[in-house]
Amino acid sequence: MIERSPIFDFITYAAMVLGMFLVLVPFWITLVAGSQSLQEVSQVPLNLWPSTHLLENIQAAWTRADLGPKMVNSFIVAVGVTLGKIVLAALSAFAIVFFNFRARMLCFWVIFITLMLPLEVRIVPTYSIAANALLPFQVILDTFGITGLVETLSGIRIGLEWNLLNSYTGLILPLVATATGTFLYRQFFMTIPDELVEASKMDGSGPMRFFFEVLLPLSRTNMLALATIMFVSSWNQYLWPLLITTDRANFGTVVMQLKALIPAQNGTPDWNVTMAGALIIMLPPLLVVALMQRWFVRGLISRDK
Amino acid sequence: MSAITLKSVKKRYQKSLVVHGVDAEIEQGEFVVILGPSGCGKSTLLRMIAGLEDITEGEILIGGTVVNKLEPRERGCAMVFQNYALYPHMSVAQNIGYALKVAGMPRAERDGKVAKVAKSVSLEAYLDRKPGELSGGQRQRVAMARAMVREPKVFLFDEPFSNLDAKLRVAMRAEVRNLHRSLGVTSVFVTHDQTEAMTLADRLIIMNSGIVEQIGKPSEVYHRPASLFVADFIGSPAMNLVRGHFAQDGYFRHGKGGMIHLPTIAPALISQEVSIGVRPELVRRVSATAKGAIAAVVDYTEELGAARLIYADADGSRIISVDTATDALGTGMPIHFAIDPADLHVFSHDTGRRIELGEAQRAATQTRINA
Ligand SMILES: Nc1ncnc2c1ncn2[C@@H]1O[C@H](COP(=O)(O)OP(=O)(O)O)[C@@H](O)[C@H]1O
Ligand SMILES: [Mg+2]
Repeated sequence: MIERSPIFDFITYAAMVLGMFLVLVPFWITLVAGSQSLQEVSQVPLNLWPSTHLLENIQAAWTRADLGPKMVNSFIVAVGVTLGKIVLAALSAFAIVFFNFRARMLCFWVIFITLMLPLEVRIVPTYSIAANALLPFQVILDTFGITGLVETLSGIRIGLEWNLLNSYTGLILPLVATATGTFLYRQFFMTIPDELVEASKMDGSGPMRFFFEVLLPLSRTNMLALATIMFVSSWNQYLWPLLITTDRANFGTVVMQLKALIPAQNGTPDWNVTMAGALIIMLPPLLVVALMQRWFVRGLISRDK
Repeated sequence: MSAITLKSVKKRYQKSLVVHGVDAEIEQGEFVVILGPSGCGKSTLLRMIAGLEDITEGEILIGGTVVNKLEPRERGCAMVFQNYALYPHMSVAQNIGYALKVAGMPRAERDGKVAKVAKSVSLEAYLDRKPGELSGGQRQRVAMARAMVREPKVFLFDEPFSNLDAKLRVAMRAEVRNLHRSLGVTSVFVTHDQTEAMTLADRLIIMNSGIVEQIGKPSEVYHRPASLFVADFIGSPAMNLVRGHFAQDGYFRHGKGGMIHLPTIAPALISQEVSIGVRPELVRRVSATAKGAIAAVVDYTEELGAARLIYADADGSRIISVDTATDALGTGMPIHFAIDPADLHVFSHDTGRRIELGEAQRAATQTRINA
């Protein structure tokens, strides 16, 4: 849409400025509050200009919420989820797009349906699986009477158990298994011309070779875009880590620690420390987006042919 | 032993049959062109030879071995695709050498071969470029180099020049012809462009809706079309074709009720429903008083430079002729033609196949084929 008139220009800019204002104001308030002392932050109305106490507030937040180890945890989880999703998404999309097997459409639809079931909806069954990842197999063995059979024959009762609570595996795996990445990859793979696939067949390369030497290099920008989205979204996860970690000291993530930063009901209302903590916690995703944005935009809107 | 043998090869997609039992023998070192209108199953047939498409029924032999169950890489064929199908992220050298790399050839040997092949298609200067930085013609040369470097038993081309402009197409045609002459590799080339087909082919396979209409040398196909489809498809301007029947009185009566002064040389044909055809360049202009003259009226003319095409109407039938005279011809002017009955092609209305008219016609067409 190309429209050139001063009034239209003005409206466009006004809308843009308004949007920017709406997005940036909360950040600004966080930054301002995080840099003020307890007295300054308690003033009403709030002074909207930064003060000089940012570093000490950050230090206070860092120790209060034990952010060091929690940062490491968050990193492990976010990187694990990101890598896991990329691998899973690329491989599943590869199978769906390039292989002509009988259950192809079925697989596609099953994955598609999981899009409509985000973690929040299936959180109870997911939790019970996380509590014992081998539960489905136990159920299968029980329903087919194999457990009983083995027990009568050998006297040993089969009890499969693999507990994922309070572990990185438990934090990561359920977040990996989602369909969004598969979709992004599927859309990209479908733009690869058939002739390219055929040319590589004629050149004698097998499917795995094609995957690693042709598809992956071609999908680099998409991969970075996906990685950015996934890193940010898994960094920001709150509900799932909260549920699966009872051992907060060892497996807590920074986002869970936000709660620990909020002043207690009758304690000192030191919101300045809370805000400084929030600043620290949102910094890594911000950096990732800033670093990746060039690739991110390119991966989402165009393909380099 | 033939290089490639097709034995009643069929291809079915779901319910629809797109290749109906093709039989053909392709000799060692031959350049065969599969020609037909778009959608007639040429690519499908080629891809079955390549191994990119399953063969529903029938057998394909390459070098005497049945290849129905072999993977593309085991068939010894190399293919050049319409849209080049180069790997966008690899340099020209990597593109050309990829098949050798997959085959596990050591780096040094591979580089030597790539350099040699690149030289033969004048790409030495571009080895480090990406395909995106090349012109269409250069890309297609990379694709050809990629096929050549493997030293295959068979080259397969699927409309490789249809994305190039007319001038480049002619140049690439000559290049392919020369490469074939120097390498002598059996080649199967698919196109819908008859000029390309006629100039490149040792032999043509002409297809129409999944059926082979005729297999033959370009001159055979031109001068002795085996079916109405071939007669109409090959040649520009197209052959004059009129449907109707020969009558006792020495006239041909066509469908719209008009008649052309044209006796038959095969009395058995009289009253049979047929299509008759004659090449525009064999329609001669004669004076009104000449024996057997066909009277017509000029519709319009098209100047070609060396000659002109006269579009005339002979009692309701369009007759196109090639004329080298330079007199002024305006719409509505009377004009007279003569056609040698031995130059007529006759096709059965029921089957669309050619009806041979006896020795005189056979001899006349044979002279032209040999010429
Ligand atoms: N994968 C496919 N599934 C169904 N029909 C197909 C498929 N590929 C080609 N066809 C059909 O087969 C016919 C022949 O196609 P093709 O061999 O590509 O024709 P050509 O190369 O002569 O233009 C066409 O009618 C086309 O619609
Ligand atoms: Mg085709």
